[in-house]
Amino acid sequence: MPQVTFIAHDGTRRDVQVAEGLSLMRAAVDNDVRGIDADCGGQCACATCHVFVDPAWAARLQPASPQEEEMLNFTAERREHSRLACQIPVTAALHGLTVTLPEGQH
Amino acid sequence: MNTAAEIQAAARERAFAMPLEQIDPSDPELFLDDTVGHYFARLRRDDPVHHTPGGRFGPYWSITTYRDIMAVDTNHKVFSSDWTNGGISILERPMTERLQMFIAMDPPKHDVQRLAVSPIVAPANLANMEAVIRERTCRVLDDLPRGETFDWVGRVSIELTTMMLATLFDFPFEERRLLTWWSDIATTNPDVDTSRVASWEARQAELVKMAQYFTRLWNERVNAPPKTDLISMLAHGPSTRNMPPEEFLGNLVLLIVGGNDTTRNSMTGGLLALARHPEEWAKLRANPALVESMVSEIIRWQTPLAHMRRTAVADVDVGGRTIRKGDKVVMWYLSGNRDETAIDQPERFVIDRARPRQHLSFGFGIHRCVGNRLAELQLRIMWEEILARFPVIEVLDEPVRVKSNFVRGYAKLPVRIPA
Repeated sequence: MPQVTFIAHDGTRRDVQVAEGLSLMRAAVDNDVRGIDADCGGQCACATCHVFVDPAWAARLQPASPQEEEMLNFTAERREHSRLACQIPVTAALHGLTVTLPEGQH
Repeated sequence: MNTAAEIQAAARERAFAMPLEQIDPSDPELFLDDTVGHYFARLRRDDPVHHTPGGRFGPYWSITTYRDIMAVDTNHKVFSSDWTNGGISILERPMTERLQMFIAMDPPKHDVQRLAVSPIVAPANLANMEAVIRERTCRVLDDLPRGETFDWVGRVSIELTTMMLATLFDFPFEERRLLTWWSDIATTNPDVDTSRVASWEARQAELVKMAQYFTRLWNERVNAPPKTDLISMLAHGPSTRNMPPEEFLGNLVLLIVGGNDTTRNSMTGGLLALARHPEEWAKLRANPALVESMVSEIIRWQTPLAHMRRTAVADVDVGGRTIRKGDKVVMWYLSGNRDETAIDQPERFVIDRARPRQHLSFGFGIHRCVGNRLAELQLRIMWEEILARFPVIEVLDEPVRVKSNFVRGYAKLPVRIPA
């Protein structure tokens, strides 16, 4: 199974094994990774699974859809490599993916 | 005199026997006695995308399931919120009386105005507010009487939310109940409830007084260095500092109502929910860490805004029905939050649900509640401090509810804290 790493706002690292095809959001929620709220349950409708993707990985993801762009626009601290974790399906090619979490989801 | 249980049973029978075409869930009477849920249950079963041909609020569609509400809420290109199309509530008002607030705007204007106020309720700022919210909450709770009956709405819910609003606006603290008054005025429909103002003209006159008061505050702040309160942010923000007066008034109403009624009624509703589910109260006392998930459950169970309205700007299919361009579409969050296909045992108040955040009360999509995390913070602190003080708060009678199909709230809830 691919492994992904979540770095909390305080710097704490969590490595999580993810079944292929699950979203990065689901990987966090199912493993009790604090800091991913996922209020809408993966419908790209709330922006509470906001993550900052490690720049080395950003270009290897599918680009954000217009709906994701729209929701990201309302996050508190949008950055260049901001994404919604529910819109990132984890594949074998993403083994080693690292993302950092914002201070809070809003 | 019928008991509350008898009233509910009779309403359920009526709701399931009534011909579908006669069902009009917008009737404010159904909210006053809290029987509207039976009509929603009928509609979810038999006619989930339901058309009401007429009545007090004119023809409109009711969207009643969780899934369909999500679909409408996230499709803002087809379902407009713009005040020029009718805005966000079922009530129709003449164009000149419609509030020009960013929740009732479509992109791109919505986006720039929302982004101008959003930093005040962003996570970094909330962390700064927590200490002051806790200090005030403690004071309000410590001052409550023991061994005598008092009204939870006035002594706790209104007091706490009004103090919060005064802080956000940096509003003169001793005059803070004006904020409560204006919030109540803004959501009043004098055609169905004359307890506050007798006419639309009287309501408008009160809102003009509000605008004058805030214009004075604006003028003070625009001439002073920028600060972190909402008025200063609006007065100095590049996208808001040149707002026309109608938009200034509209956005004030939005922020006052948004930060007031909703949290207030969730503060009352949570206490009522626990009183009706004593096993959950026992669970909470045994494990105070459940406060966090309970707060989300309170917001679902209460659903402090029963609906949001949209207007279709193109023909569109929802749940197999064709909605036409120009039609009024009402998303009943209250119904979606009781949808058994989305939420397990939705009628029950359960403080440790598996996914408590998956409720519709904040809406979804670009108009999602901007103050959601502040509301949750206030509720969490209130319950943490209640648990630290009071083993029991007795609810002594049924609440007096507000006669409104928009604000699902309480006018009174008599309670007693044992001496």
